[in-house]
Amino acid sequence: MSLRLSYRDEQMLQGAHGPAPQMAMRIVVRMAEVYGAPELMDIEAAHIDSTIYIGEAGLEFAERLASLGAKVSVPSTLNVSGLDEEHWMDWPVPEGWAEKAHRQMVAYRSMGTVQTWTCAPYQTEHRPKFGQQIAWGESNAISFANSVIGARTERYPDMLDICCAITGRVPKQGLHLEENRGGEVLVRLDRVPLALQESDEFYPVLGYLVGDLARDRIPVVIGLQHTPSEDQFKAFSAAVSTSGMVAMFHVVGHTPEAPTLEAALRGREPVESHEVGMEDLRAARRQLSTDEGGAVDMVLLGSPHFSLAEFEALVPLLKGRKKADDVRFLVTTSRFVRMALEHKGLLDELERFGTQLTVDTCPLATPMLPPDVRTLMTNSGKYAYYSPSLLGVRTVFGSTRDCVESAVSGRVTRDGSLWE
Amino acid sequence: MGVITCRALVPGSAVGEALVTDVPFSFWGGYDHATGRITDVHHPLCGESAAGKVLCVPFTKGSSTTANVLLQAIKSGTAPVAIVTQEPDAFLALASIVADEMWGAPIPVVALDRVSFGRLQTGHRLRIEGGSVEI
Repeated sequence: MSLRLSYRDEQMLQGAHGPAPQMAMRIVVRMAEVYGAPELMDIEAAHIDSTIYIGEAGLEFAERLASLGAKVSVPSTLNVSGLDEEHWMDWPVPEGWAEKAHRQMVAYRSMGTVQTWTCAPYQTEHRPKFGQQIAWGESNAISFANSVIGARTERYPDMLDICCAITGRVPKQGLHLEENRGGEVLVRLDRVPLALQESDEFYPVLGYLVGDLARDRIPVVIGLQHTPSEDQFKAFSAAVSTSGMVAMFHVVGHTPEAPTLEAALRGREPVESHEVGMEDLRAARRQLSTDEGGAVDMVLLGSPHFSLAEFEALVPLLKGRKKADDVRFLVTTSRFVRMALEHKGLLDELERFGTQLTVDTCPLATPMLPPDVRTLMTNSGKYAYYSPSLLGVRTVFGSTRDCVESAVSGRVTRDGSLWE
Repeated sequence: MGVITCRALVPGSAVGEALVTDVPFSFWGGYDHATGRITDVHHPLCGESAAGKVLCVPFTKGSSTTANVLLQAIKSGTAPVAIVTQEPDAFLALASIVADEMWGAPIPVVALDRVSFGRLQTGHRLRIEGGSVEI
């Protein structure tokens, strides 16, 4: 199938709109050929994951675009960077790293983007709407946007996201099109107690398990009686897109494109069906930990970035208590949520417990972790999965309450009663 | 051993020893661009180096940053010499296309069908040439 370009696309490709749109369009066009798309289509917004600092290569790419005068042509939010711009000096971040990660922030800032610096852009005022065509990077955000909001984005890699934002165009294919949004792999929950379904701890585990079963296809979860909260969906989105190549899922009765099983499957038969019971869930929960007990050096919450609602649920658990001296208690969030905490007077309560906050980034994206941190406890499926590989630490997964109890006692403390 | 027709997402030529897995992984948190080693502790190839080899992986899962990590590996000289996938993988293709755009240094990225992919074994010497993979 050959690619048909509009007159405007052709003009951009020839350089009539300037060198930056030309370079971005060259990349978009080559990717349209990779995807086998017949033409390009417009988008209304973008979320740029390319902001994360990996090394010289990504920085050179960003600065090349910036030096060519690149500007985004649609409202574009920014994902986490490689640096907490205001507070990095409080941590052992090497200066050389900070300088380069900051240059990358400056490059993306110069392109007329919105300075969100968060992996939960759907929890900002720039949240897309049902049916909107968007180009989003960041795996958890892609899953959330498609599945929970019903906006339409393909699973975009770093660097293609910014090219789409500059040109305002994407290859017309994949999840942008209704016919590709139907569920493929059926996952039926079998006798999962309601009390477990209601707990926050359930969603990273279920997401991890479903992503593993779905691999690169669209899963449909059926049998959930509890309606997940926004943050429970967030935890599910992050885990499902970590263990699988999942850019979209349906939860029958709870996500907007899945009022019924037939609707979720778009009238087709599933290509595969799985029954998931407590045994499978317990196994998935075990896989999220590489350590079971002993001392905890750090509790880490907030991947994706902690929302205001999550802080409001956390604060009562901390009230009147204090973490153990030799444990760090770190929550990663966006600068806007931090500001909201300040306005609501919640920062004091967090500080009295001994909480530290990091904004703009997270320990997976910036080398801030003190070298004496060897065992880390988290309530996040994404932190639990990536930390052993990226940070070389042992990881224990637990509920938010478990994390707080462990921070107070300094030892892994987990209440597994919901999983029995 | 034969020639397999493939879809060249990013065409080119390369020769190298195959490193084959049927388990997908994320380059972010799974591939160390300083050494070329696979570092995902959940992956069976953890500890193996893919630098200079033909990496054969069904597709990449997880993070959007996979593309960024592969781009850095290409720049650092720690990338595979070519990548063979089972499904066309946009993340890997994009990294190679950007490497072409930036430095004129793409690596071939090609996709096979499931049956052909199943024929590949670690240790095979593979020659990628445009739209074909020769074992």
